[in-house]
Amino acid sequence: MSKTGLIIRREYMTRVRKKSFIILTLLTPVFMAAMFVIPVLIMSSKDKEVKRIAVVEEGGSLFRGKIHSTQYLKFEYLDNMPLDTLKKEFDQLGYYAILYISPKLAYIPTAARLISRKQPSLDVVTYIQDALKKEIERRKLLSYHIENLDKILKEVETDVKLQTIQISATGEEKRTSTGIAMGIAYVGGLLIYMLTFMFGAMVMRGVIEEKTNRIVEVLISSVKPMQLMMGKIIGIALVGLTQFFLWIALTLAIVTAVTGVLMHGPDQEKKITPQSFFSAGTPQSNTLQEKTISMEDLSQGEQLLTALRSVNWPLILGSFLIFFLGGYLLYASMFAAVGAAVDSETDTQQFMMPITIPLLIALFIAMGAFQNPDSPVAFWGSLIPYTAPVVMMARLPFGVPLWELILSIVLLFLTFLGTVWFAARIYRTGILMYGKKPSWKELWKWIRYKTY
Amino acid sequence: MTFFQASEIVKNYANHRALDHVTISVPEKSIYGLLGPNGAGKTTLIRIINQITAPDEGSLTFLGRPMREEDVHQIGYLPEERGLYKKMKVGEQALYLAQLKGLSRQEALKRLKVWFEKFEIQDWWNKKVEELSKGMQQKVQFIVTVIHKPRLLIFDEPFTGFDPINTRMLKEEILNLRKEGATIIFSTHDMASVEELCDHITLINRSRTLLAGPIQEIREKYAGNEYELRFEGDVNLLTATLNSRFSILEHTKEGNVSVLKIKLNDRGTPNDALRILLDAGKILSFNKLTPGMNEIFIRVVSEAGEKETAETLTETTQN
Repeated sequence: MSKTGLIIRREYMTRVRKKSFIILTLLTPVFMAAMFVIPVLIMSSKDKEVKRIAVVEEGGSLFRGKIHSTQYLKFEYLDNMPLDTLKKEFDQLGYYAILYISPKLAYIPTAARLISRKQPSLDVVTYIQDALKKEIERRKLLSYHIENLDKILKEVETDVKLQTIQISATGEEKRTSTGIAMGIAYVGGLLIYMLTFMFGAMVMRGVIEEKTNRIVEVLISSVKPMQLMMGKIIGIALVGLTQFFLWIALTLAIVTAVTGVLMHGPDQEKKITPQSFFSAGTPQSNTLQEKTISMEDLSQGEQLLTALRSVNWPLILGSFLIFFLGGYLLYASMFAAVGAAVDSETDTQQFMMPITIPLLIALFIAMGAFQNPDSPVAFWGSLIPYTAPVVMMARLPFGVPLWELILSIVLLFLTFLGTVWFAARIYRTGILMYGKKPSWKELWKWIRYKTY
Repeated sequence: MTFFQASEIVKNYANHRALDHVTISVPEKSIYGLLGPNGAGKTTLIRIINQITAPDEGSLTFLGRPMREEDVHQIGYLPEERGLYKKMKVGEQALYLAQLKGLSRQEALKRLKVWFEKFEIQDWWNKKVEELSKGMQQKVQFIVTVIHKPRLLIFDEPFTGFDPINTRMLKEEILNLRKEGATIIFSTHDMASVEELCDHITLINRSRTLLAGPIQEIREKYAGNEYELRFEGDVNLLTATLNSRFSILEHTKEGNVSVLKIKLNDRGTPNDALRILLDAGKILSFNKLTPGMNEIFIRVVSEAGEKETAETLTETTQN
């Protein structure tokens, strides 16, 4: 095995065997899967037992046969049973609930009651409310004596769901969901930002560790500093990729397993609302979410899954991989140089600026890109290599021309090569310097030292 | 035969010149001492030999030809700033470092086993380095320095951190390695070990070579015309017969025995002195006094310091 290979293997193995790595790798997919599964889970968590509901209507039978039984809800009309008796014999009769309707319901909205032992689930309540409301509305309309009312109502009944269609350059149409696109943009951009920091800092700590352990000079007498630095960077990149693939594979496995079980459950209401899961999760729609999420979990969960399936995953994941790698390599070499320049992690602050500032700017541009993916700022942000990985991931789900994508990738990797050259020069001098923290001016001098 | 040579090495750092036309020439199978005060440039020179840093000027010759990159496999280097990965297991780490030196895994395993048995540290194999004492870590470090049977060994301050027993053992190992054909460059402040081990030395001070050559020659050169005489007899008689040829520097008495330190003048020979002494009493011993390396070191370095100060002074007055 080549020396760089040996270094890569050591860097990889020591990290992959760490308990913290194993725990993080196994737990994250559980959380990620939970993000997809919980909405679906909530919708299907309503129990499958058949609930019998006694309907008692005081002084009339206006609603008889108007509340339709469903597979799990059976409505039984009890004309002659007084409410009190019913309440007394509630347990013997085996009803889930008693629906008591007062004749005043038409003008007092609270005049109907649902009496039960347990708190009835929200969708039961919603179902009954809808049925009662529709019937009252129908009756009120009837009182206007409009001819052919039933027919008119039938004809008037409309359901609107706004479909968003993306049209590609070739004229191909694709159903999209803006919410899903935003979600992916958000997660992708943020993930690149976080992973770059996480694994970059890992490189930096590794370099500092070798320096404070004083092993670096032993190593450097066998291998070139460049080999040592690149071995570390690549080794940790592989750790990142391993984690990434395990995360995706495990998340997919969990999601498929759980939804597979759940989707076979019968009788799912097909009501579609145009609200998607991810947009409901963004802060600006929090209040909306409060009101709607529990009622519409079912449709949301289902819609989410359909929408997720319509996403061009190979493109998104492939690009994510490339931009993660490119961004990581670019920043990791800078992290390595910072690690080499200092003696301990507490001294890194001063040199972290050229790393944190472009990354933060990238994050800000990405935030803007969710709203306006084709603004000039987002465009340039996704081409300039130091911000490109984060910003491009934020733009990608909304559609980016291929040439922009390729140009961005090429620029990114060219800049990486340039940055590595500079970083390596700081690195090989820095790792052998102990004591005084160098100034920027000294770093510049290090870059110009003669080397082999 | 010259095994390794560094000629006219110049290395500049940001604010100073670390090496100023320094030349060392290491004979094969010698133990070559690299001496000098802190900051003289020894470590820089060693790093240049290890191809860790490049010289600004000058050349390196290995086995009579220009040094090549792969020659590092022929070098074993124990740096002054040395350490190991604390969290890594001893055996795994030794294996890793040995492989970085170009050994195959099997070969490295085989050789490590021999060394671990030799130092009786087999049961450390699966321990983490942080569980070992500093002296124990140094042993592991020594093993990985020599594991690839390098032809040139470079030890930078090897004895720091060792207890006397381990120091003894290390010295023996160094002599063993030389016996097996290795050439050794060895930098230290410990003059006693220089006298004990080295054949040749170079003394570097303020980036320049002050002194170089076989240690015996150097000691001869710095030996003043001084002798130690032990005899039984009348010192007063001796003093009386003193002529201008020699003078007594020191006189002590150990029981009946007088111990005199005598300095001969320029024309005086030991034979002349003995001729006079023969009549003065019973001679027990008559030895030439050669100065210790410690003495030479201090003398040469402080003389150089004075000279430099003087030079600086003249320069300033001229300006």
